[in-house]
Amino acid sequence: MNILVLLKQVPDTTEMQIDKETGTLIRTGVPTITNPDDLAGFEMALRIKDEKGAKVTCITMGPPQAKNMLRELYAMGADECILVSDPKFGGADTWATSNTLAAVINQLDYDLIIAGRQAIDGDTAQVGPQTAEKLGIPQITYVDGILEINDEKIRVKKALENSYEILECPLPCLITTLSTIATPRYMSVKGISHAFDKDIKVVTFNDIDIDPSIIGLKGSPTKVKKTFTKEAHKNSDVLELDPKTTARKIVETLIDFKFIGK
Amino acid sequence: MLNNGMNFDLNEKQTLMRKLFREFAEKEVKPLAAEIDEEERFPIENVRKMSELGMMGIPFESKYGGSDGDNLSYILAVEELSKVCATTGVILSAHTSLCCNPIYAYGTDEQKMKYLVPLAKGEKLGAFGLTEPNAGSDAAMQQTTAIKEGDYYKINGSKIFITNGGYADIYIIFAMTDKQKGTRGISAFIVEKDMDGFSIGKIEKKLGIHGSSTAELIFKDLYVPKENLLGQEGKGFGIAMSTLDGGRIGIAAQAVGIAQGALNETIKYVKERKQFGRPISAFQNTQFIIADLQTKIDAARLLVYRAAYLKDTNQSYTTEAAMAKLFAAEVAMETTTKAVQLHGGYGYTRDYPVERMFRDAKITEIYEGTSEIQRLVISNKLLK
Repeated sequence: MNILVLLKQVPDTTEMQIDKETGTLIRTGVPTITNPDDLAGFEMALRIKDEKGAKVTCITMGPPQAKNMLRELYAMGADECILVSDPKFGGADTWATSNTLAAVINQLDYDLIIAGRQAIDGDTAQVGPQTAEKLGIPQITYVDGILEINDEKIRVKKALENSYEILECPLPCLITTLSTIATPRYMSVKGISHAFDKDIKVVTFNDIDIDPSIIGLKGSPTKVKKTFTKEAHKNSDVLELDPKTTARKIVETLIDFKFIGK
Repeated sequence: MLNNGMNFDLNEKQTLMRKLFREFAEKEVKPLAAEIDEEERFPIENVRKMSELGMMGIPFESKYGGSDGDNLSYILAVEELSKVCATTGVILSAHTSLCCNPIYAYGTDEQKMKYLVPLAKGEKLGAFGLTEPNAGSDAAMQQTTAIKEGDYYKINGSKIFITNGGYADIYIIFAMTDKQKGTRGISAFIVEKDMDGFSIGKIEKKLGIHGSSTAELIFKDLYVPKENLLGQEGKGFGIAMSTLDGGRIGIAAQAVGIAQGALNETIKYVKERKQFGRPISAFQNTQFIIADLQTKIDAARLLVYRAAYLKDTNQSYTTEAAMAKLFAAEVAMETTTKAVQLHGGYGYTRDYPVERMFRDAKITEIYEGTSEIQRLVISNKLLK
């Protein structure tokens, strides 16, 4: 079984600062991590490999420094890592990104594609589903458990707002995983020892068959007009009250702001 | 051709190793540290988890069950573990440096396959027995004897203060095969805990490293097969000394870890603790102490890494290992003492980890060669 896992390197914080002049994220000095939903999906791929045997290929699209993440994935047990990287791919929105990823994946053999639900920097949850659409394969999003998998089909637990849905889907298909699906394993010492002996395949624009007008910043229909941090308009009220009055005041305030109903 | 000269960077592999060890120590080891100290309990679960990650055989080749890493990576593991739990740091250090390493360095291929493979995989735990009631710093005064009888050596005697004692499966034991020859009459043996005649005596109650087992080993007509002789007969003293050279780098790394761990806790505390209307980090006394301590810890760390680097590059490192251990142990003692002081009354209680770290630090000035022995090793080199 061939499993492809789509992963993204993201800044290690949910409180990114924005450059007020350019409206872009300030990335310098912020450590990066592998996006948690993606890493949990990767762990599921490794568990399938451990139980049934599979080849796990990790794919990421990003700048050359994303190789650092791929070394860690090798150290955790990935069989192959592919970095999709070209200045022409830069600045892509989710649509252009999924066009690029689909073009790369079209050249590969796969039975299952696992992508994280969404990345903690952009929070769009679009790249996985769009990639499935462009590959013309079925997809199940918000997967929080794999109940069964064989060469023909997969049965999963999909998280809904207040419940779960059990769904079955023929392979090949794409699933997007929640970070709660599995706790990622540690790298192993031996894995690290050999992570640097392995090749990271770099796929550039010239390696894939794609219309240049649907990739990168130019091919992205999303145009960021302005990004800003919401200013705080009101100063906090500081009240000193006894516990009973404090509790009442908190409830009244929550009702006033419509955080809770009466 | 000239090499690139001084380089203070870890390579990418070592950087990733440190990341793994730090994450593992923070998530798995730190939460148990206070509990195992309080209960004086050997943290067998930490050993099991380290085995799963390949941490019990970091610097050995995979053909011997190891993880194909280098010695510096192993040192990073001891340091990161000791930042949060000095007990776990010394379990790994004694196992790797004092048991796996002499088998790796002096063992026959058969001995390596039989003993190093399960040790490095973490299926078995290792220990080292040199110290006796009357042979501490004066290690040549061995009273344990090994008399050859046919295909066996019959060992009688005892060892004390043996780290991992009781929990270890494999022991490197030193004994006199020829009492007339002094240090040249000492031989080394690989002993299994299940061999007849081997038993565990007194378990020490200690000031610190409470989770580490420190035990007496008793040998009463312990028959060890002759193929378990490690190295040649009469070469045991040299094996012990060179093994301790490597072990000292591990203990030095433990000391650096304890010191850094205590300073990290202190930095966190002084920023939160308010007295006279300000956080105590706003006082210059605090600032200067912290600056001095981090400077000394960095100096100690560089000495430790230098010694590990020399070992990795097959250069002599006896003196440098002694310097690293001497200095790092004293820095650990100074740092933890001042860490407790900066915590004030709270630092004297078990509500804060610096109390434990203070107790744990002291042993680094004593075991695997006291600070005085390190000074002898260093000055012997300088004055010879």
